[in-house]
Formats: sequence, structure tokens, C-alpha cells
Amino acid sequence: MTTGTVEFEDNSEQGNMHQYLSFILAGEEYAADILKVQEIRDWTSSTLIPNSPPYIEGVLNLRGDIIPIINLRTRFCLAPSEQLLNRIVIVLNIETNGRQRLMGLLVDAVADTYNVNMDNVKPAPPSSSVIDNEFIVGLTTLEKKLVILLDVDQLLSSDELAVA
Amino acid sequence: MSIDLSQFIPTFLEESFEGLELMESSLLTLEQGDNDSIHAIFRAAHSIKGGAGTFGFDKVTDFTHEVETLLDEMRDGRRSVNQSDVNLLLKSVDCIKLLIECARDGQECNDPSINEVHIDLEHTLNSSRAVENPQESEQSSSEGKGDNSWFISFKPNHEMLQTGNDPIHIFNALEELGSLLVEVDVSELPPLKVLHPEECYFTWQLTLQSPCEAEDISEIFEWVEDDCELSIIKLDQERVSVDGINANQGMTPEALSVAEESNQIITSAAENSNTENKPKTEIKAKPVADGGSIRVGIDKVDALINRVGELVITQAMLQQVGEELLDDEHDLVSKLREGLSQLEGNTRDLQEDVMRIRMLPISFVFNRFPRMVYDISAKLAKKVELKLTGEQTELDKTVMEKIGDPLVHLVRNSLDHGLETPEERLAAGKSETGTVHLNAYHQGGYIVIDISDDGRGLNTEKIKQKAIEKELISADHNLSDDEINALIFAPGFSTADAVSDLSGRGVGMDVVRRNIESLGGHVSLTSEAGKGSTFSVCLPLTLAILDGQLVNVGGEIYIVPLISIVESVQVAKDAIKKLAGCDSLYLFRDEYIPLYNIRQLFTIPNTPKEHDEGMIIIIENGGGKFAMVVDELLSQQQVVLKSLERNYMSVEGISGATILGDGEVALIVDIKGLASLKLKKSRPVKAQLILANEVQEIA
Repeated sequence: MTTGTVEFEDNSEQGNMHQYLSFILAGEEYAADILKVQEIRDWTSSTLIPNSPPYIEGVLNLRGDIIPIINLRTRFCLAPSEQLLNRIVIVLNIETNGRQRLMGLLVDAVADTYNVNMDNVKPAPPSSSVIDNEFIVGLTTLEKKLVILLDVDQLLSSDELAVA
Repeated sequence: MSIDLSQFIPTFLEESFEGLELMESSLLTLEQGDNDSIHAIFRAAHSIKGGAGTFGFDKVTDFTHEVETLLDEMRDGRRSVNQSDVNLLLKSVDCIKLLIECARDGQECNDPSINEVHIDLEHTLNSSRAVENPQESEQSSSEGKGDNSWFISFKPNHEMLQTGNDPIHIFNALEELGSLLVEVDVSELPPLKVLHPEECYFTWQLTLQSPCEAEDISEIFEWVEDDCELSIIKLDQERVSVDGINANQGMTPEALSVAEESNQIITSAAENSNTENKPKTEIKAKPVADGGSIRVGIDKVDALINRVGELVITQAMLQQVGEELLDDEHDLVSKLREGLSQLEGNTRDLQEDVMRIRMLPISFVFNRFPRMVYDISAKLAKKVELKLTGEQTELDKTVMEKIGDPLVHLVRNSLDHGLETPEERLAAGKSETGTVHLNAYHQGGYIVIDISDDGRGLNTEKIKQKAIEKELISADHNLSDDEINALIFAPGFSTADAVSDLSGRGVGMDVVRRNIESLGGHVSLTSEAGKGSTFSVCLPLTLAILDGQLVNVGGEIYIVPLISIVESVQVAKDAIKKLAGCDSLYLFRDEYIPLYNIRQLFTIPNTPKEHDEGMIIIIENGGGKFAMVVDELLSQQQVVLKSLERNYMSVEGISGATILGDGEVALIVDIKGLASLKLKKSRPVKAQLILANEVQEIA
């Protein structure tokens, strides 16, 4: 999206705008900061990692880089997808502990890109969902739909995956 | 003009350490009248001093200056080379190293040895001044009062300007010291047609009236001294210091003749003649001829290696596609195959070439040994001759960095335990001087380093007693001599009767073995009583590539390092025995070895096959063996090691990953990690495993 569009949509409210890429997971719409997204690709079968947490789908070869794939449904304790084909991997360039890393998110489908005014983002109500609140930047309503904004940097830096 | 000098410090450090190494090795071989070596040592010291001065490492500068003075006296023949001076210089090299390391870390260096050596140096220098050069000491005391006249002849090489040095800056700096008269000789200026605008054709004669010392002047020329012919002469006809003329030549006579000549020039300066007749007394500075090497950051080389790794994978992928093309008749297909096979050759060559960039001759490691042997043999009062062969054998820089310490330990061990004292040797009918021989050579993708001595050999009986004492083996164990000798690599084993500061702490050999094995290599030894022993260290040439056996376990492909595979056999079902219900043992050549089930260890979900359908791989792991069940053996191939940690994290039992010809990722089994994973898995979850087994049986 160009700057022109941003101005057109948001002439009145300059400033705190962020672009987000949204995707579908079990019928709900989530979004990740678009600046963290490196690319979007079809899912191909990945290589299993021994004794990894269940939400680690495996590792993939991304033009020579070995990247872990996180199954977001499993991560968020959603029911596993029946659909096996046409799933999408969103490759993210995240930063944890000052280190750049690549990671793939396995999602059902990619939806849209949005300009989100951060002033309109509301914090998630405490312990209202099965998702850990630490992954969530906040909730916002876009085109009358609820979109959950994710803090993708946290996805790999929590729990047992906290690596220095 | 201000430049951030700190960016050059790493280069300075690297060059200084190289210089120190060179000083050390030259000192060890130094003999009377060996001017080339003295010059080489002097040059190394001089550039360390210069660099340290630039970066403000004053302590290094001061100390090195003393060393340089001593070397200067040797160089001029004013001081003869004797053993005590060489020892002092060797100690000084250690001190300089210490000082540079402290300067690097930004610490104050308070090691008392530095002061001791410094005092020794001053003492040695003063005694020589007092005895050999009484005039000079008088002169230096009279110096510093009133102005001196200096004559400086400065003839830059044609290329000097290209190094970014401008004579005008030098002259400005000189002018700050006192009043300066500059005369320029333009006689060498070529006609305009052949004149190269970037070259310098002038020669300068400078007369300086200043109370300064010769060092102050030579310091100004510090940066250009390799690019010019330079002489600095005090005008009372007495030579004070000559510096920077081609150091390969004994320059005293030349310098004196220049001095005489300079007086001529001064007297006839008004006529501005004579310069053409100037006899060619000075020798041109040696052009830089070190084989033309460049310093490149290791990250750039690694990036290149990675990139080539990708290329190899892509090439393998194309190769596979090419082979699957069925239409043999078609012209284009055969052409394509031809091209593909060419591509294969080129890629392989390219990969080899790129790998070679990281390769360095093993002399980088060997170089430290002459000094070490020299020191230790003096301490032990043994006579030792060190033989080094195969120093040009190349291996990967990362391997090289890690192999130094284990080798040091093995050599120390040979000196301390292996070789006898001269008396013992004579009594045994051997020559007084023992030999330690370091030999490096390539053998099938590996580099082998042999450390052999002609000492007493291992005392097999003593080792056996000790091993029984330490409960490493039981008394009724029937072991071959080689097997007993190999026990010295067992943890906590040491036969030295007394703990010395050289060896005998009992941590040595097993640490050596562990370090070598962590590099994917192994160490073995052969020994003959009374004749000596040989340790062989076998290392992979590089850590970036690995010879692997591809295996299939439950549909997943794993790579087992070929070096740790002893052999692969069909599963013989009656050879599998159960131990305490859930641990399995495998009977391999009359020996029960633990059986590892990869499927269980890696929690691979697919339906398990019966053991007798699979293959058993016998793995050698640091002296112990174990068996590993896999479903199927696939091909063997070289794989490029990739890190899992880069984007993910380290995984127990897995040392890395690689990309196969079809673009899929395959994980590389970490043999050592597997053993500890087995331990971890079998203890706390034993109950669960039994449960899981029952469930499987029901299903």
C-alpha cells in the first residue's frame, strides 16, 4: 500500500498508524506487523524435530536457511485443522534477545492488509481467552470484524524456546 | 584530519602476534653471524613498537624499545650473540605478548615478570654501553644540550604516494622540531611524455637544526620507511643512528659513506652539482613480495562457503531431474545431461577451492612447539631434539584453533613421561638426545598428526595395575596390550607418581580425547616398551562438511556421521536381549552393547516396525560401542553442516541439519548427545515407556 492510500484513509488522524497483515486461524482473524513479514509461501511438508514441543511443526529449507515452523493452531490450543492442503506459511523475521531470526507461522489462510490506528487498539481483557495474553498486542475492530493483533516476537521467545 | 584509529587495532594485534611468533622462532634458531635472522627479529620488534606507539600502548612501546636497542647492537655487530641474551630476548617476547594482551583488554599489566625482564634488559644494555661503547654513553649524556645538526637524505620509491603518504606532511612535522632547510633534487624527473602523474620522482636533502634525538626524526619517517631510502646523519660526522635503509644489508659501511658524501653535498650545495655522480651506495628497498595475500573477514569467507553449499544442493537437485528424464533419443536431453555433468565437475572444484580458503598450513600450530620443547627440556634436564614434518599440511582454521591445546598436552606428555633422562638413555644403549617427532599428513579426507617419541614406551603392567586400583577394569579382565594402553584416555587416570606442574594431574588424557572427539576426530596410540610410543590424532579436514550415512527411521531421514560407524548389520533377532524389562542389549561379536532405539529416543510417531526388518548400525562413541536400530540404510554422501540454532535452538541428540538434493531438510545425529539423551529419557520416564510399549503391543 502506498503512502497516498494511508493519507486518503486517514486524513483526520495522522500519526500512530501501523500496517498489519491479517490471517485466518479457525475462523478467527489475527494480524501480524507487516514489517516483520518476510514472505508468504505454500506449506510443504517439514522435517520433524525430535522431542520438540507439539506446536513445532518441524523445520523447512528456505533457500538454504533452516527455519522452524510453528503451528499456530496448536500453539493457541485450537482444534487441529482438517484441511491439510493449501495451508500457508507466513515467514517472519523476528527479533528476540537482540538476535534476528527467521520463523514460519503455519496458518489456514492469509486474509488482508490493514492500516491500524494504534490509538483504537484496546487491550485484551485479562484471561478471557485460551491464548496467552503475552502474545497479544491488543484487539481492534476493522470493517466490523474483530482482529487480534499479535506480538510475533514473543512467539519464539517464551517458555522453553527462550534461547539466549 | 582525524581518523578513528581504533578500527585498526585488531589488525595491529594480529600482526603483532604474528611478529612475536616470528621473533620467537627466529630466536630459537639464531646462531652467531646469522644476520638475516637478527634483521627479521629486529624488523618484527620495530613494527610492533611503531604500531603500539600509534595506538598509545605506551608500555608496549617502552618495553619493545629496550628490546629493539639490544637487537640493534646485535645487528650492528657491537654485541655478540650469546645464549643468555637469547634467553633474555625470549623472555622479552613473552613479556611483549603479555603487555599487548593487557593493552588489548584495557587492563593494567602488573605481572612482576615484566619488571624483572625490563630491569634485566636495562642491565644488559648498560653493561654493554659501559664496556663496549664508552664514547657513546658519554655522548648520549652530552646530548640534549643545545642544537644538533642533522642531515637527512630522503629518497622515496616511485610508488610512495600511492600509499597515501605525502612528503609535505613529513616536512611539516620535521619543521616542528627545529629550523629546517629543504633541498629537492629533480634530476630524476622524466620527460613529460613518460611522466606518470601518480609517481614520485624527487629526492630530498634536508638539513635540520634541532635539539632532538635520532629517534624523534626516524619516528616521523615511521610510516614511509619501507617505501623509501632514508638516512639520518648527525652532521659532526659521527654516525648516530641509521634506520630504515634496506634492513637486509649490513649497512654500516654504506651509511658511513653516505655520511662522508653528505658532507660533500653540503659543501657543494650552492653549486647544486655532484648529485648525478652520486655513487649508488644505497640499495633499493625490497619490493613487497609475500606471495600477495589479503586479509579477509572470516564472516565473508563463511558466507561464501554457505553460498557454495547452496550451489552444491541445487546442482544435486538438477542432476536428479536430469537422470529422471526418460527421453534418451532427444538431442536436447543428451545435451542437457552433458551440461549437467560439466556443472557437477565445476561445482565440485568450486567447492574445493572455496574450502581451501579456510585452510591454513598446520605450521601455525607446530610453530609453538620449538619454544615449548626448549623450555620444558631445560626444566626437565632432558636432551630433546624436536622434528617437525608435514608442516605444510593444510586444515581448517576452526579445527586448527581447537587442536592446539590437545597437541600441547600430548607433546608435554611425551617429554615428561615418554623420554628418559640422558643417563637412563645411555644406560639403555640409546643416544643421549631423545627425539620427539611431530608429523602431519592427509589420509582420506582426514588429517593425521602423529606425535612419536623414542622414549621408554608405555608401561603396560603399571597401567593395568593402576586401572584395577581405580576400578576401571577388574583383575580378571583379559585385555590385549593395546586395549590396556588405551585406558590412559579414561577419565581420572594418571600413572605419574608425583604431580608436577607439567603433567600428572590425571585430567590430561581424557580431556585430550574429549576435545579431539568434539571435533569429530579420534586419538589412538601404539607403544613398544623401550622403543617409544606414538599418539595419532585423526581429525576431519573441516567442520563445515561431513561424510554422512543417510538412514531412514519411520519415514524421517537422519544422517549418521560416517566416522563413528563401525559397521552395519542385518538385525539378528536372537541377538537382542532385554535388560531389566526395557533396556535392550545387542550381542555383537561376543560382546553385549547397549541398543538404542532411535524411534523411541526421537519420539517418532509413525508405526514402529519389528526389529528384524531393520538394520543395526554399530557406533563407536569415545571408546564405547553401541548399536542403533534404523529402518533402512540409504546412500552415503557429503553433507554441508547447517546450524539449527541460527533460527531455532539446539536440540539434544542432533548436531545440526543439512539440505538434501531434493531440498528437504535432514537432521544430523549427534552421537555423543544421543548417549546422554538415552540416559535422560530412560530414567524419569521409565514407567511411561513401559506403558507406551504396552499400548503398542495392544495396538
